[in-house]
Amino acid sequence: MNEQKTSRWSESFAGRLLSGLRFPGAGLVKGLAVTARNFVGSYFEKDRLLTELYPEQRPRLPENSRSFPFLIYDGNDPEAGMRCVSCKICEKECPPQCIYIVQDRDAAGKALKRPRVFNIDISVCMSCQICVEVCPFESIRMDQVFEASSYDRFGSLVLTKRDLLKSNEYYHGIHPTEAAETDARIEADRKKKEAAAAAKAAKAAETAKAAAEKKEAPAA
Amino acid sequence: MSVMPPLDSSRTLDVSLGPQHPSTHGVFRMNVTLDGETVVRLQPVFGYLHRNHEKIAETHSYLAAMPYTDRLDYICPITNNWAYALAVEKLAGIEVPERAEYIRVIVGEFTRLQNHAALLGFLAGDLGGWGTALLWAFRLREKILDLFESLTGARMMANYMRFGGCRCDLPVGWLEAARAVVRDAHGQLDELEALLTGNEIILARLQGVGALTGERAINGGFSGPVLRASGVDYDIRKVDRYGIYDRFRFRVPRGTAGDCFDRMMMRLLEARESVGILEQALAGIPEGPVVNPKAKQRGLRPPAGEAYGRIEGPKGELGFYLISDGTDRPYRYRVRPPSLINLTLLEELCIGTKLADVMVILGSIDIVLGEVDR
Repeated sequence: MNEQKTSRWSESFAGRLLSGLRFPGAGLVKGLAVTARNFVGSYFEKDRLLTELYPEQRPRLPENSRSFPFLIYDGNDPEAGMRCVSCKICEKECPPQCIYIVQDRDAAGKALKRPRVFNIDISVCMSCQICVEVCPFESIRMDQVFEASSYDRFGSLVLTKRDLLKSNEYYHGIHPTEAAETDARIEADRKKKEAAAAAKAAKAAETAKAAAEKKEAPAA
Repeated sequence: MSVMPPLDSSRTLDVSLGPQHPSTHGVFRMNVTLDGETVVRLQPVFGYLHRNHEKIAETHSYLAAMPYTDRLDYICPITNNWAYALAVEKLAGIEVPERAEYIRVIVGEFTRLQNHAALLGFLAGDLGGWGTALLWAFRLREKILDLFESLTGARMMANYMRFGGCRCDLPVGWLEAARAVVRDAHGQLDELEALLTGNEIILARLQGVGALTGERAINGGFSGPVLRASGVDYDIRKVDRYGIYDRFRFRVPRGTAGDCFDRMMMRLLEARESVGILEQALAGIPEGPVVNPKAKQRGLRPPAGEAYGRIEGPKGELGFYLISDGTDRPYRYRVRPPSLINLTLLEELCIGTKLADVMVILGSIDIVLGEVDR
């Protein structure tokens, strides 16, 4: 082999001592010395012990960690505060097609801006986060629950609207940075809309006033 | 390929290895015909993990195919993302901002590092040394996967690259954590090297087994570390200089004998070069946007045409060939998987060796069945 680098370990005292060995089986002894060093070292250096004792030690998930989607609502009432307007973009874009939405209608049959049925089959979902990216209403986000296994394949792995709706506070709890950015964006949007509405109202008032003045002028 | 003499079935024995073989390479079956313990014929049987990836991608939008590419070579999903993003960027003519290019190089080289470390462990497992080497390799790999999780949200199924950049910026403190992992990687590779390369049993099992000449490797369409182990100087990072690889100083290690030992050493040396690239990239990463704001993700409609984007994946040349007819879904979507094409000479490598060497040769080629079957 060309371009072989000398290893740092071989520059250490034990490494030099061992790499000087020239007899059949010296390579084995060297390997065993490394193993022994790790074994003994694990009693003194805590960072050599990497195994998490999972059910007792809960893993600390990083903020970006994601598992399955959920829906956000504002305020206290899940139905009233639901951000989803049933635009069905996520249903269309979902790569494995695991989202099923039926738009709500009032008694007269007029379409309402909210879903009547919103199901996500998490046995099909592949946690790709594309629904989150395409949602224009900041309504669907990724959860961090990972212990979702169950004995009942069809009952509990198809999440309905009631299972999916979670509060904005919950979202702040699992993804604080992202949630703060989302809230800022929504606030900015709202202010922009308010400003636009105010400008529109002012303009409408002005035109109305001008029209009224015009009307008054010939009379005078 | 030499013409085989007709087999005397009274002397030979057919053995079916797999598909549930405990050698961790996936659901792969080999029908081996043995004369005593010597392999006289070997027929690979695959398709157990076929998921119709290419046709599914043709029925989806360009963006929706991205998470499926994670599942090709599931040991290194981010490089798969990169190859696909590169192909779409070529097709649609999208520029990538500088910071995004740096992030791509960083996550790409981390992917190579953890793939090669895992391979060394798996190869030791194929040799019967199950445990120590694999777990030491995974000690490094787990740290890198933790970095991936805090960046992309998932340890393996990253879905991180986007057309014209990356999905999200690095979280606070990520670069420091990455530098710490790179610092540790030196020592961990040293330990792996001390454990594996001098070991007489490994030398006896690997040296001279499954040797392949450079010419034959080229004719077989090999790429990646397997090709370079046969002494061919061909690295797409140097040839294509895709992304910003022309800014980094790194060497392309080459083997001489082309046997299993050279293939193993190739992984170790390439992992060290990856550490070098990571050090340079982590030092030089600039500020700026991580995705081209003009690039459209959802509802992308590239102009009609075709493009082939390829990268030097950890296992070899990973390419995506796309034909667009101007609609929002590809007319043709084809993957050039290094794992499948590096398998084509498996029979030639194995004939004449003993049965126990077959697993070693298969392990040294480094395949992932998610990519072979697609």
